[in-house]
Amino acid sequence: MGATNGQQQSVLRFENVSLAFDETIALDRVSFEQKAGETRVVLGQAGSGKTSLLKTAIGLLKPDSGRVWLLGEEITNRSEHDLFPLRSRVGVLFQEGGLFDSLSVGDNVAYPLENQQTGPSIAPDEVERRVVDALSFVELEHTLDKFPGELSGGMRRRVGIARASVTEPPLVLYDSPTAGLDPITANTIVALIAKERDVRDTANLMVTYRYQDGEIMANFRYNPESGHLVHVAAGSNGLSTTFMVMEEGRLVFEGSQKELEESNDPYVTRFVRH
Amino acid sequence: MLDFLKLPVAAFQDFLVLSGRALNNVFRAPHYWDDVFQQMDIIGVGGLSIVSLIGFFSGLVITMQMSRSLAEYGAVDQVGPIVMLILVRELGPVLTAVMIAGRTASGIASELGSMKVSEQIDAMRALGTDPIQKLVIPRMIATAVMLPLLTIIADLIGMLGGFLIAYFTLRLPSTEYWTPAYQILEYNDLVQGLLKPFMFAFIISLVGCYYGLQTTGGTQGVGRATTQAVVVACVWIFILDALLGRIFVHMG
Repeated sequence: MGATNGQQQSVLRFENVSLAFDETIALDRVSFEQKAGETRVVLGQAGSGKTSLLKTAIGLLKPDSGRVWLLGEEITNRSEHDLFPLRSRVGVLFQEGGLFDSLSVGDNVAYPLENQQTGPSIAPDEVERRVVDALSFVELEHTLDKFPGELSGGMRRRVGIARASVTEPPLVLYDSPTAGLDPITANTIVALIAKERDVRDTANLMVTYRYQDGEIMANFRYNPESGHLVHVAAGSNGLSTTFMVMEEGRLVFEGSQKELEESNDPYVTRFVRH
Repeated sequence: MLDFLKLPVAAFQDFLVLSGRALNNVFRAPHYWDDVFQQMDIIGVGGLSIVSLIGFFSGLVITMQMSRSLAEYGAVDQVGPIVMLILVRELGPVLTAVMIAGRTASGIASELGSMKVSEQIDAMRALGTDPIQKLVIPRMIATAVMLPLLTIIADLIGMLGGFLIAYFTLRLPSTEYWTPAYQILEYNDLVQGLLKPFMFAFIISLVGCYYGLQTTGGTQGVGRATTQAVVVACVWIFILDALLGRIFVHMG
């Protein structure tokens, strides 16, 4: 895990953020703060504002009111161009992977390395090495020359994880990474996300409607020796997972897994008891 | 009371914002030249055969129709200049633009629309690329370069189509067709014949991009965006053609 002072650093902060599309309220006075190295799992049913929350976090959507800080810098009124340097330090996995259909898997993963101009350009062989590394991480190095259309839904998400993490950002956002996948593939994806978190020591914001995804993130750690996730007793592992529940744009719950499971709120319990 | 105007006015405003940003950023780095050349190939080379075909048949048909009327006045030898003026001033630019609107505006709208609904546009923005620079400007430049060239080709092939009728049906010697046709052209004709497709190119590319980037509502939305892009682009082509026509007729 990162240095102690790094743990205290805020990576994402919302203050009274509201956002509406015409008549529909997507976010309703949402406030929270995520620290470095922390995992946040946002639960909510479809249309509860989860994806809007994630897109607002990196300035893809502008809030109607309230303020947003990303990696310690306020982004509320930043222009698109000024957001690029900050976004380059955040990885994002979109719901269906968001891969570019016209580019091969290798080019997709190389895209952030080649297009995020935050420093000196990276040499082509270094790009290739990092792309292969990132794809090996998700066990898809053999798909380098394939196109996203040739991959299954689960494989596309895995390539998406490789693309989101290839620049080794301190914060990675996952938008419903398991939506529409069978339970086995879904667990593989979450295991990869947990592995990414533990190997690279990143803060994670995962939006999902599956409580099991949050359970894995909260209670399992990647063991580099065995190469598998191992169950660890809650609270004893240095893991810090916070659950948030959203309902119609409002944040109706924020707390630990234990607090979530003990909640009596009928909406919140729908996610936990099934 | 004027609520029904809200949506179209808002849409027009969004379109102007997109156009303004695209035109403003044309000379700003980064430039995606690979995308520009790829789009030139898709729009220009890809559209060549259909544009040639349309040009050929329009020249052919105008000559056939004209020949009957001209024969009544014994002015069949005027068919070359007439076909030339109609093609260069009006039909060449407009028919080519409408064909390319059908082919390119729809292609752009459906491609960008699919990218929008599958969150590829958001991914692009999240990965540090401005979709205006990467997607809109290359398509705009490529169309602005290729449409005037396609129009020149359509005009030429149209003249050739007219010549076939003039030569084989009207028994007009080739010099009596080509020489007066060439001589009738004035600077004004050439300018409007090239300025029109240049202007139409912005309509086609920007309307296609606008509807593509505005797409919502999944695959159905992509279909809707595609249809709207073609219809709106064609309507604006005719409106702009009338406006430019009026300006040039007065100048002439």
